[in-house]
Amino acid sequence: MRRFLWPLVAFALLVVVLAIGLKHAPEKGVIKSPLIGKNAPQYELPDLKDPARTLRSEDLQGGWHVVNVWGTWCGECRVEHSQLLAISREGRVPIIGIDWKDDDAQANAWLASLGDPYARVGADRDGRVSINWGVYGAPESFLVNPAGIIVAKHIGAMTPEKWQQWSSEFVHPAAAGAGAP
Amino acid sequence: MKRFAGLVAGLLLAVTAGAVDTTPPLPTPELQQRYYAMTHELRCVQCQNEAIADSPVGLAADLRRQVRDMIVAGKSDDDIRDYMVQRYGDFILFRPRMNLRTLWLWAAPALLLLAGLIVAVRVLGKRTRLAASDVTPLEDEAGER
Repeated sequence: MRRFLWPLVAFALLVVVLAIGLKHAPEKGVIKSPLIGKNAPQYELPDLKDPARTLRSEDLQGGWHVVNVWGTWCGECRVEHSQLLAISREGRVPIIGIDWKDDDAQANAWLASLGDPYARVGADRDGRVSINWGVYGAPESFLVNPAGIIVAKHIGAMTPEKWQQWSSEFVHPAAAGAGAP
Repeated sequence: MKRFAGLVAGLLLAVTAGAVDTTPPLPTPELQQRYYAMTHELRCVQCQNEAIADSPVGLAADLRRQVRDMIVAGKSDDDIRDYMVQRYGDFILFRPRMNLRTLWLWAAPALLLLAGLIVAVRVLGKRTRLAASDVTPLEDEAGER
């Protein structure tokens, strides 16, 4: 009897390990940002809509912000655009755009024709600021709390579900838990 | 002929090298060597299975420029690795560093080898004992016949 026990235990362990691996398989393609829980990286960018002005990381302090990295060359960015407009219409959390390696004129034309969800947009023409934010594929969105700390990151198009989750989990945790003792 | 072959090989190398990496060369061969090593050690996070040295993707070019800038600014290789890991996570390194989270990765081969050895020793030990105990009855039977 005992000679069957050890192989059985080993097999059971293997099943557990593989099951954990399978469960996490969908997250494998997404790299969790090590920036979560840290201060938003320092940046200084020319304002896309008014190049005489400058966007600074200090602007992020004092309220919740979504920092959205996009570009007119990015197909998924067009997909998420309506959701960004919806967030901006809600009017509770301003969206700061980082226009990643883009042409200023094209970016302004995009905002003029599709609508402008951004409170402000920084033009990251050479991509250095985006690298500093650990960005590897647009669109990427960061949720920054009033202390200027990144609390969440979403890679890919922003969805109503994701925004709902961010709102209830981080921005308005009290509203979600209302009614609970 | 040999010289000619060498020239062709050299040119081909230059072509393949130039095809992807258009970052301007560094001022000294030592720095260029470090740049070469560093860009082969960092993963292009967008394409995931290429080093930034070999990837034609725009992000890889930007990361190469970042490596070059940091080398020129006098940063050490560890500074560059730290910079990348702080932004992109351990995944950006092709050779993961030893820390609490990656310890199992480094320890697993040794542990598996140890487990295999233990099993092998036990199985072999059992066999020898079986063989030793088998001998006598067989001989007895032979003797009785």
